[in-house]
Amino acid sequence: MTDHRSAEEIGRTGQGPRPLPPLGRTKEVPLPDVLVETLPNGLTVLAARRPGVPLVETVLRIPAAAPGPVADAARTAGTEVLAETVLTGTATRDRVGIDDALAAVGGELGVAVDPEYLQAGGSALASGLPTVLDVLAEVLTAATHPDAEVARERARLAERIAVARAQPRTVAREALMRRRFGDHPIVSEMPTADAVAAVTAERVRELHADVVVPDGASLVLVGDIDPEAAVAEVARRLGGWTGDHPARRLSAPPVPAAGDVELVHRPGSVQSQLRLTAPGLDRTDERYTAFQLANLVFGGYFSSRWMENIREDKGYTYGAHSGQEFVPGGAVLGLDADVASDVTAAALLETRYELGRMVAVPPTEQEVTSARRYAIGSLLISLDSQSALAGTLSALHAAGLGVDWLRDRPRRLEEVSVDEVAAAAAALFAPTRFTGVIVGDADVVGPPLAALGGVTGDGDR
Amino acid sequence: MIAEKPSLELHRATLANGLRVLVVPDPATPVVGVSVHVDVGFRSEPQGRTGFAHLFEHLMFQGSESLEKLEHFRQVQSAGGIFNGSTHQDYTDYFQVLPGAALERALFLEADRLRAPKLTEENLRNQVDVVKEEIRLNVHNRPYGGFPWILLPPVLYDTFPNAHNGYGDFSELEQASLDDAAAFFDTFYAPGNALVTVHGDLGESGVDGTLALVERHFGDIPARPVPQRPSFAEPVPGAERRRSVADAHAPLPALALGYRVPDPGAEPGAYLAHAMLATVLADGEAARLQRRLVHTDGLVTDVSASNGLMGGPFDARDPDTFTITAVHPAQVPAERVVAAVDSELDRLAEQGPGTEELARQSARWAAALHREDDRVMYRMLGLGARELLYGRAELALELPARLAALTGDDVAAAAARLRSAGRALLTVEPAPSDAASTEGSTA
Repeated sequence: MTDHRSAEEIGRTGQGPRPLPPLGRTKEVPLPDVLVETLPNGLTVLAARRPGVPLVETVLRIPAAAPGPVADAARTAGTEVLAETVLTGTATRDRVGIDDALAAVGGELGVAVDPEYLQAGGSALASGLPTVLDVLAEVLTAATHPDAEVARERARLAERIAVARAQPRTVAREALMRRRFGDHPIVSEMPTADAVAAVTAERVRELHADVVVPDGASLVLVGDIDPEAAVAEVARRLGGWTGDHPARRLSAPPVPAAGDVELVHRPGSVQSQLRLTAPGLDRTDERYTAFQLANLVFGGYFSSRWMENIREDKGYTYGAHSGQEFVPGGAVLGLDADVASDVTAAALLETRYELGRMVAVPPTEQEVTSARRYAIGSLLISLDSQSALAGTLSALHAAGLGVDWLRDRPRRLEEVSVDEVAAAAAALFAPTRFTGVIVGDADVVGPPLAALGGVTGDGDR
Repeated sequence: MIAEKPSLELHRATLANGLRVLVVPDPATPVVGVSVHVDVGFRSEPQGRTGFAHLFEHLMFQGSESLEKLEHFRQVQSAGGIFNGSTHQDYTDYFQVLPGAALERALFLEADRLRAPKLTEENLRNQVDVVKEEIRLNVHNRPYGGFPWILLPPVLYDTFPNAHNGYGDFSELEQASLDDAAAFFDTFYAPGNALVTVHGDLGESGVDGTLALVERHFGDIPARPVPQRPSFAEPVPGAERRRSVADAHAPLPALALGYRVPDPGAEPGAYLAHAMLATVLADGEAARLQRRLVHTDGLVTDVSASNGLMGGPFDARDPDTFTITAVHPAQVPAERVVAAVDSELDRLAEQGPGTEELARQSARWAAALHREDDRVMYRMLGLGARELLYGRAELALELPARLAALTGDDVAAAAARLRSAGRALLTVEPAPSDAASTEGSTA
């Protein structure tokens, strides 16, 4: 490279630092009206017009909890195979035929299952909505889960599970869920290879009849559509879908108990997954908005105390993040950061320090203002697409909330006071409320963590 | 069945200092995006400084003359916005998406760091540590890290710009100096080597007002010489090149086939035919390789194909890489997977895809492009990258129609071209945790 200025010369100009231009007034979140109608079979349809692009987004959500009080490996495996094979055959179409029908209208459809819900998410050119609904109706009411497809997907699932469990984030997630909720069914997010191998096609078809039922399910449609016509289309095509019983909702899991952080050994790791957790707040809790801002101040966005400390000051991590996960009956707060092995204990120490600081040094007016502006602005940005709006409406409906709740967020965020945020921070971020897991090479990270204290176990060695 | 792309007006200007400007209003959204694309990617970083372009991208967030460290993030977020940056083969982008009310603030923030970034030893050392954690997270501590984007290029290419690891070698990242950063900035971050894109809600400013704001904030950045971009061309390999890499975290073997794609600038039609070929091969349950490899023969767990190493169509200049990747059970030899891929390519080369098959893939692709464009951030970045690399943001808008115009013969010719040229075959083998990779270690 040729002659160049020094770093110091580059960083200054004759004019010197300049004043920041002011902000204009932020517009309101433009939310469409949502038409909500429950069909005689118990399926609730939510439809909203959001033109933007000539597409329609569809989200079908069926509560699909296991009936028993504890995690059931066989059931988890069975519903996973169900999700993998539901689009592979009906009385009239095979796997390729189903995909071809969707592709002709630019359509995609994917089915996934978790301990709470079976969900089918799709998108297509808006003009193709009838086709998407036809395919959906056909697979919901007449999927055959062909023997050969079940056998093939079983084998693939076993391979995919092996790959997923080699990911440190999966190891950490499974350990964290056990730490939080013991053996409640909510922990059973990914099946075991053994349980998958034992799933028969017959069992999958039984589970389909048991799980894929309309009463209590919801279908959200957002896009370049006429909501009334769209609801009528759904009624015409999915009105004949029936079930023996209402869909099963997951019971509330136990509230996570405070306690030591559990060290889980992953040999050869060069990083550790730090995951801490504490009870959170449901959206309907009166302190929820204050808590949302307190969480942003702690670790909920880049300009947070935790991120600025362990990334921008110390260089321990690429990213540190805290946020809520909603569960039946409430929510849990989660903190996650992946840190180099040699600074794992130091990162835990700084994390505890920042938690303590939320109590002892409450969020300042400036911190709350920044969090408030971010919360309002990012709401505007996050809802500025059909898919995001559809996903949000579906999740809110499942929690018993409508679009009015969303519409009211900016006002609530504007009104919450600095004192309320400080009170929520003190009550909910106290270090004594937390438990968690660390996944790493225990030979390297174990001794300093043991010396630091509040850490137990070294995995299954 | 392919719906019309909503029409967008593209407004262009060039400031006296050489900075190019693209303004694309969209009154349908309440948010606005501002991006700066700089014409330097990891292919241009100096030998002995692998990973420097990406490291430098991190440094650009560390403050500037009017903004202390951390202030860039804080000002974007306290205006209700989001931000990021990314380093590609041929360009580096920086962007913000905010409520429309923050348009001028976003322009100010981008201008301040393009004019006078604060490059300090302390921030450099801090960001070397952060980048190392990013690489541990995405490469060293997980299965299939860097597969195929870091592992495949050294097999297919011979020259440093095309073959080296764009994330960087740890020892070279650690040697990076403040003077390297100053030289890199002065050379590549000249205003004449960059493009500013504004897309979305322009509020009361309108197009003319927005252009005036860009002039107000960026106009006094002094012009500097624009570096001459070297050619990265190298001959297409004549034979198959093979390499095997051990992966301590991988439970199953994987393989990647790498081919050269046609020069997107010189042969755009053939280039897009390769993009369609990738879709016909691997996108959707009915795609050729899904049916044959995953379902009929049961050879692989998952398979994918991509026309380009990192991004969508027209996201890099020549040369770029067509990849086919698969994860497969240990009992299936890689040769069987490769033989099945070859036979499917041969079949397509002879008969091409059916008319309906092609129409379905076009419809699905058009819908996917619309879906991506439903977010200001993606549409802005897509427009900006094409404008910077090819001087034609329109490429982003024309894609659905150009893809729909491709014929079965075009796709057959693409398949034949892949079959007639040399290629790279990279295999990833599960290995015990103490084994290092046999060649081309990334750490």
